[in-house]
Amino acid sequence: MSTAIDSATSLDPKAITQGGPDFGNHPTDFRTVQQRAWERFNEVPMPRRSDENWRFTDVRALTLAPFIRASEVSNERRRELSERSNGIPSAAGVMVFANDRLISASANSDLLRSAGVVWLPFEQAAREHPELLARHFMREKSALGSEKFAALHASQVKAGMVLHVPKNVEIKAPVQVFHWLDGENASAFPHTLIVAEDNAQVTVVDHFCSTGTAPALAVGVNDIVAGPGAKVNYVAIQNWNTATTAFHLNATTVARDAEVIALRLNLGGAFIRDEATSRLRGPGGRSEMLSVSAAWGSQIFDQRTLQIHEAPNAKSDLLYKNALNDTARTVFTGLIRVDEGAHKTDAYQKVRNLMLSDEAEANSAPGLEIEADDVRCTHGATSGALDDEEIFYFQSRGIPRRVAQQLVTFGFLSEVFERVPSAEVAELLSESLHRKLD
Amino acid sequence: MSTELLEPPTSVSPATQLEIDRSRGDFVYPESHEFDAGTGLTHSTIDYIADVKGEPDWIREFRHKALDTFLAKPMPTNWASKDLDNIVFDNIRYYLANAKRPTRSWEDVPEDVKKTFERLGIPEQERKFLAGVEAQFDSEAVYSNIKSAVADQGVIFMGSTEGLMKHPEIFKKWFGKVIPTGDNKFSALNSAVFSGGSFIYIPPGVKVKHPLQAYFRINAENFGQFERTLIIADEGSEVMYMEGCTAPKFETATLHSAVVELVAMKGAKIQYVTVQNWSNNVFNLVTKRAVAHEEAEVKWIDCNIGSRLTMKYPGVVLKGRKARGEVISIALAGDGQHQDTGAKMIHAADETTSNIVSKSISLGTGRATYRGLVHIPKHLKGCKNNTECDALLINQTSRTDTYPAITVRGTGNACQHEASVSQISEEQIFYMMSRGLTEAQAMSLSVNGFVNDLVRQFPMEYSVELKRLIDLEMEGSVG
Repeated sequence: MSTAIDSATSLDPKAITQGGPDFGNHPTDFRTVQQRAWERFNEVPMPRRSDENWRFTDVRALTLAPFIRASEVSNERRRELSERSNGIPSAAGVMVFANDRLISASANSDLLRSAGVVWLPFEQAAREHPELLARHFMREKSALGSEKFAALHASQVKAGMVLHVPKNVEIKAPVQVFHWLDGENASAFPHTLIVAEDNAQVTVVDHFCSTGTAPALAVGVNDIVAGPGAKVNYVAIQNWNTATTAFHLNATTVARDAEVIALRLNLGGAFIRDEATSRLRGPGGRSEMLSVSAAWGSQIFDQRTLQIHEAPNAKSDLLYKNALNDTARTVFTGLIRVDEGAHKTDAYQKVRNLMLSDEAEANSAPGLEIEADDVRCTHGATSGALDDEEIFYFQSRGIPRRVAQQLVTFGFLSEVFERVPSAEVAELLSESLHRKLD
Repeated sequence: MSTELLEPPTSVSPATQLEIDRSRGDFVYPESHEFDAGTGLTHSTIDYIADVKGEPDWIREFRHKALDTFLAKPMPTNWASKDLDNIVFDNIRYYLANAKRPTRSWEDVPEDVKKTFERLGIPEQERKFLAGVEAQFDSEAVYSNIKSAVADQGVIFMGSTEGLMKHPEIFKKWFGKVIPTGDNKFSALNSAVFSGGSFIYIPPGVKVKHPLQAYFRINAENFGQFERTLIIADEGSEVMYMEGCTAPKFETATLHSAVVELVAMKGAKIQYVTVQNWSNNVFNLVTKRAVAHEEAEVKWIDCNIGSRLTMKYPGVVLKGRKARGEVISIALAGDGQHQDTGAKMIHAADETTSNIVSKSISLGTGRATYRGLVHIPKHLKGCKNNTECDALLINQTSRTDTYPAITVRGTGNACQHEASVSQISEEQIFYMMSRGLTEAQAMSLSVNGFVNDLVRQFPMEYSVELKRLIDLEMEGSVG
């Protein structure tokens, strides 16, 4: 947040805190939602030091003042960014957004073009499928501290992907979305909504990238609704530049026998705030919440999670791994809440911090709130440095210390990628992490 | 109390010969307390207490400042239980004492208290192993005694005001330093109205063989007990201190808000054992912290069974190299109770180690909460923390929460935390019942098994007491 400068832009109508909702081409009903969100945004105060949800965070450094509505990117840049948006070659479909404008969309899979599937950029979905948004748009009230930023998102949103997969439809190859941020103090509000009906299956990969090194703001929401028996895999590769302030807010609901595996890879950003809520609605539901963060330089990764067990016999499993170098800081606070009657709940929560520098700081607060008696809940938090013996072993085999450290760090983090069912996606995650560690 | 403790107290009484305005106190409860500061808390309450105790100006000043801090601080309800809002500070009586300071004979102990003692299995003989005893009723100690053999070694064991007045050279240096007045709202409250408690000094190299004990009892309705304890173990010395607390059941809530400071100098060892069994309308809001210097060891053994709401997180500031801190915590939350307990470990030197083991049992509508804080700053080397918390839920309406907070900086340290929540195994219960135990006996046995490895760490006399307490609490919990 050191990059956030207090400037005269706070009086600028382009300033995102001043300009009101961004109605875009949205229909009237959705504009009403945006207007209400804008009012909420102005009502809710900025986070304060005494807010439990902001414990360990330096809230004084948080400011939205410098950020402005991003302008359209040039045609030349559009072409360049489309070409740079690769990711997974065999993807079923790709959407590319730059500064919240769609610059390209292509479907390789006929399934995405088939009648039953809704696969649309946000603005088009708002016009053509208002019923989808009415049912699913940001239904989970933000309980982890970012209510203000969630409201800002709702008032400004116009980019991102809305994907609705009907009953029994299985989209095999991953669906990809790219969000690019370009320009000084530019802001983006990427939205991803995945709705999988009964027994549907889909994998989605979100990419978040910057074109340059200028400070910027992103307030993104990615919501997942998994119907009975559905299987959803979601991966976010966060690679904003190291001057970006970003909020990524997630709400996942898991119905009976559904399974959601969600993984965040945090590589970029100056200050990143992740909030993730998984709500287990039906028996047999399963939610895996995974995160890998490589915090270098003065990066701050601030992650808050909530696992809510409403139904009996459901399982949630959280694993967050951080490697911390230089003067980086990480914060993890998590809570498992088991409601009355959610018996036979199996909930797990683990955060592991690998300390690579004497100046790094890891804060962990894994929490449990249990109101049912027949449950199995465990959580754990560990923080420690690289094992000297392991490094010594590498060195005795002729591998230099620096390389050995890299390898061990990579091994520590990439272990989480094995939990992603798609081999291509796991490979992509490994490559992205390698680029940061090398 | 054992019969050998029946001699009149040798300690000085407060300066009762002072001219004191007693109109307020006598007016309200003339029959039972010669000194009564009345209800509510103002600066004149402070003056009243200081007058009765005949305290020097610096203590009076300390109290007045603390009151200002108390009034200025908000309730910690942003994170703590909203039940705190039910404490009406204006309805509480802050100082009650009997000038005669009678030593009560065993026969004088009220019938229900005596029965409690006997049921707890602490007949008077068992108390003989103690090196010193202090018993506090309401605001002041009614009995204080230290065995001459221990006193001859130079051990000082007396009440808070007495300690500050008689040995300022020893106690003033640390008083309010481990837990500053402004640490939290309740430490400020205690600093304003503290009375009673134990001030203990163990000279260098002295190893006190038998434990010192204090026994706290609230006897008056609407009363707040604010004892203050400061234990200083000088270089290489060792001491074990044990405290027990009870109160009768009143219609209205009672407040107990203690401050306990421990100082373990180089190589010293302090063990502090608490068995808290307040009646279940007592708000028990206690601040406990220790400073451990080089190679010193501080161990808090904390068992919370009674009270309506307990908030207590014993801490150790590991200030010297190789210092060690430990918290062993057992909490039993029965119907309507909330045991919000935990531990704090502040690592402030290289090679310091800390260990936290917490076990809680929630039954009926009880709620047990673990709250922990472990802090390992950067540039420290070889620090280790281990935290384990296990929770057992007995009934469908029981509740448990765990909120640890761990901050680690740098590469030289290791920290691990683990917690689990489980229920009593139906198979175990079935097995025991098939062998002829009643369901209640089987449950009781199972719960005792859950805490057994911790109970064994208690001094023998206390582990016996604890097992019986758990049996008591488990009675009628099944169904």
